Amino acid sequence: MQRKTSLWPYLLITPALVAVLTVVFVPVANAILMSFQSYDLRRPSGIGFVGLKNYLAVFGDPLFWRALWKTILWVLFGVGLQFFFGLVLALLLNRNFFGRGLVRSISLIPWVTPGVLIGLMWRWIFDGSYGVLNDLLLRLGVIHDKIPFLAQPATAFPAVILTIVWQGIPFFALMLLAGLQGIPDELYDAADVDGASGFQKLVRITIPSLKNIIFVTTLLRIIWVANSVDVIFNLTEGGPAYSTQTLSVYIFNKGNALNLGYASTMSIMLTLLLALVAVLYLKSIFKNQEAGR
Amino acid sequence: MRKRGSSLFGAVLRYLLLAAMLAFLLFPFYWTFVTSIKPESELYGQTVTYWPQRATFDSYAKLFLEFKFLKPMANSLVVAAATTTISLTVSLLAAYAFSRYRFKGRKFLMTLFLTNNMFPAVLLLIPLYAIMRKIGILYTPRALVLSYTTFTIPFSIWLLSGYLDDLPTSLEEAAMVDGANRAQAFIRIILPILAPCVVATGAYVFMTSWNEYTFAVMFTNEANRTIPVALRNLIGQLGVQWGMLTAGGIITIIPVCIMFFFAQKRLIAGLTAGAVKG
Repeated sequence: MQRKTSLWPYLLITPALVAVLTVVFVPVANAILMSFQSYDLRRPSGIGFVGLKNYLAVFGDPLFWRALWKTILWVLFGVGLQFFFGLVLALLLNRNFFGRGLVRSISLIPWVTPGVLIGLMWRWIFDGSYGVLNDLLLRLGVIHDKIPFLAQPATAFPAVILTIVWQGIPFFALMLLAGLQGIPDELYDAADVDGASGFQKLVRITIPSLKNIIFVTTLLRIIWVANSVDVIFNLTEGGPAYSTQTLSVYIFNKGNALNLGYASTMSIMLTLLLALVAVLYLKSIFKNQEAGR
Repeated sequence: MRKRGSSLFGAVLRYLLLAAMLAFLLFPFYWTFVTSIKPESELYGQTVTYWPQRATFDSYAKLFLEFKFLKPMANSLVVAAATTTISLTVSLLAAYAFSRYRFKGRKFLMTLFLTNNMFPAVLLLIPLYAIMRKIGILYTPRALVLSYTTFTIPFSIWLLSGYLDDLPTSLEEAAMVDGANRAQAFIRIILPILAPCVVATGAYVFMTSWNEYTFAVMFTNEANRTIPVALRNLIGQLGVQWGMLTAGGIITIIPVCIMFFFAQKRLIAGLTAGAVKG
């Protein structure tokens, strides 16, 4: 819309571009380099190129495969349940009732709560000796003995999933609610005339109208949830017996242990896996942008 | 609306469902607050109480006097304020360029910024640690500000250019016909209208920096640790100090909630705009 060639847009973008290149692309390039190095800060004298050694080690590392599997389950159940309950909440909030605005605002609070605090709050709720969840379940007669939820592999993984679902419901609800409000009433009116049931309207009108927003939000959440470290780390640190160690947490633990080369190798593999999701996301963003203009 | 006969049952069911949902979403906050005002004896007692028999602010006093919580609060404030200022300035310029100019390489550059948010934090974390260690800014607030801009700048550009796209260009064009140059038109006409959106974006950047843990735990030491790291440090080798920890948690989310309530309208509009369009 402006004069054909102007230097202005480039000048205006330069500061942001420089910032992003130095703090993102230089580190990414560095990570690639480090993945081919033995780079362990506890053994600084041994730092040097080792070729594919790290990659071969990762492929032979049972903990890596285990963490990969945990990541898949974590994303599948985490994002899946966030979507389901987010849709339920959005449908409930998409009606007029007294205090709706307030209810909508406060239901979003988990979304702005620090991940550390989320991890720690739930750690206290799940506590095996003094935790309120045990007390509630005992009072309701669901269990007869206290369960150390975070201390045994069978219950620790469902517990971390529950926590990430709790964190993600509000964001899904927020996006889906915006989509719901864009569906014209006439569609539902027409369906009413045809005598459609509530469920039919949900499946035939609501979900198809939200298709695009569901797709974009889900892709975004997959990337966030897969990358999330703080919630799991503050709940369980990846334990017990590695039962809650996703790839991100495993990499974070390796980084904390200062084995930077090995951690870089794994983080590059994680990035490559997520790149598939990211490409789908970018494609749909641009498709929307062009459609919107 | 039409089927009034069955709607009473439906309404009751909806309210019950909504109440259950809200209870699930809000209970952890209630529980955190109740824990923070319980005396030590009641925290680790035989029975779990749902409201303290004797409410006390001992944990809060201990948090500030013994644990010196003001220090991490000040550190967090500095880091979040600096991140917000830098991100907004840099992003506003770039967003204006993306929204108001059509130029060669625009799509490529936009993709470049968008892809940025896709990189796992752990991928950047490790090389950044090595780089900052080398250039000697590891364990300073600068390390955190620098690493936070990795995700706040791309996000702010995306949000701000969305807001700008919604403003008609005729506004500036009118001013420019009257003899103002582009910068004057931007400052006098666009910025005042855009101000609430800039504030909302800033609030989001502030909240993300205030809440961030993964970078903070690796890039800070005792002297400049931020709130999330300090909270985590209350988990000691001898057990967790739940009274102080929950008190710290309540104090941490109060400013976030206040900011969120003021910014939410614009923020939600900005966040959902892109996705709803299609």
